[in-house]
Amino acid sequence: MFLHEIIIAGFGGQGILSAGRLLAYAGMLEERQVSFLPSYGPEMRGGTANCMVVISEEAIASPVLNSCSALIVMNNPSLEKFESWLKPGGVLIADSSMVHKKPERKDINLFEIPATELASEMGNKTYSNIYLLGKLIKVTGCVTPENFEKALYGILSKSKHQMIPEEMEVLRAGMDY
Amino acid sequence: MGQKLLMKGNEVIAEAAIRAGCRHYFGYPITPQTEIMHYMAKRMPAVGGVFLQAESEVAAINMVYGAASTGHRVMTSSSSPGISLKQEGISYIAGAQLPAVIVNIMRGGPGLGGIQPSQSDYFQATKGGGHGDYHMVVLAPASVQELYELTVEAFNIADRYRIMTMILGDGVLGQMMEVVNFRDEEKIETFDKSWAANGHDNKREHNMITSIHLDPAVLEQWNIGLQNKYKLISQNEQRYELYNCDDAEIILVAYGSVARICKGVIREAAEQGIKLGLLRPITLFPFPTDAFDKVLDIPKAFLTVEMSSGQMVEDVRLTIEGRKPVYFVGRMGGMIPTVKDIMSKVKEIKEKHD
Repeated sequence: MFLHEIIIAGFGGQGILSAGRLLAYAGMLEERQVSFLPSYGPEMRGGTANCMVVISEEAIASPVLNSCSALIVMNNPSLEKFESWLKPGGVLIADSSMVHKKPERKDINLFEIPATELASEMGNKTYSNIYLLGKLIKVTGCVTPENFEKALYGILSKSKHQMIPEEMEVLRAGMDY
Repeated sequence: MGQKLLMKGNEVIAEAAIRAGCRHYFGYPITPQTEIMHYMAKRMPAVGGVFLQAESEVAAINMVYGAASTGHRVMTSSSSPGISLKQEGISYIAGAQLPAVIVNIMRGGPGLGGIQPSQSDYFQATKGGGHGDYHMVVLAPASVQELYELTVEAFNIADRYRIMTMILGDGVLGQMMEVVNFRDEEKIETFDKSWAANGHDNKREHNMITSIHLDPAVLEQWNIGLQNKYKLISQNEQRYELYNCDDAEIILVAYGSVARICKGVIREAAEQGIKLGLLRPITLFPFPTDAFDKVLDIPKAFLTVEMSSGQMVEDVRLTIEGRKPVYFVGRMGGMIPTVKDIMSKVKEIKEKHD
């Protein structure tokens, strides 16, 4: 069954929630069932932020996850909190520019990518989330890059559309890393 | 065709209200429902409506009383502590028999509590948090699409019975995004509003909207009228979903976002060879007693799951009247019951009854 239960976690300001919304939007464009649940409240204001995204071929039971098939972490506390949530065989993508701890799990597929550094080298470190999403899309097939691009156009305000080609370049770099 | 959008629950409530013809919104911000206000602030002026951030929740609910008195569709929204502040106004609106819609996106209590999702205002919503013998109609959506459908319906029910209707959600529902399919055009039902105090131009007797009746005989008659209305609503407006109940060993009873978690539990249990069903009340008042009549003979037991210490479970027990065992599992304070929490209770019940 096509079912992706994804958690993205890091600091507020790293584009955690935007990344989740983009995935959900792209999933919708693929006629999947989607849900997006952000953390809210004080944790968003400078603390840790996370979101849960489900992309499924069947009606989604719960948008609240207790485990996940894929996890993107962008800081140490997020790795500590969510590592145990990954299902065996699940995908863990860590921004190794920010996450200096090593995961303990041996039964998962680990991808360590210095995304913040690589995105800065490409001109904009705030695209680190996109870099990591590239890997996620490539490894899990949860959405296609084509629909991801459409999601960027769908979600970003018109004044930011000029940035999309650059973001897509970062996404492809992430896919190829 | 309609319009398919990925939207946040809170925003869908606001958009649905506008589509249903609501042109007056009065509120005061509080997490986790503030996006309703944001959306109203942006959209209301564009549709020629009134958005007003009141100086307090108490002011907002009394503005609702005023706008409703003129026969216009009006809404307010808040979260648990703010809803407590509005209780006096709610009682007055019930007493004056005014149609209005109120949204409670619940968070953990008591007191200021926290901001994470909860269902601990069930008693307050269904049994009357204010004084007097009154009820609101209470609707409990479980998805973003249902937030749309039921918000529109809340306005129709309010007008049909001249009653306050509450949308009772929680932080999960308010904050989550799902796909919503909006109809191209909303069919707005119209109702007789000849009771409204909207100016009589000396052409008719003036209408009086009040909740004060100092003669006890008159007040009793007024109350009998209210009770008759609640009976009629109980007959006509019960809504529920029965899911997987046909040969269930245990039927879970849950509403709102917890019902969604229960659907996940049902799938997981099926993989382990355990047959579970779900009875999901969509109206909490009127409580869907008809649904229990339909499935009473099927399971060995009922298990109520809530984000509270066990509030709706009291209505489940009152409805079942000891004819089947009723169990409870829940979390409090903003903690969400996990699949594991519920499954371990299911196994405990199974051991007892197998």
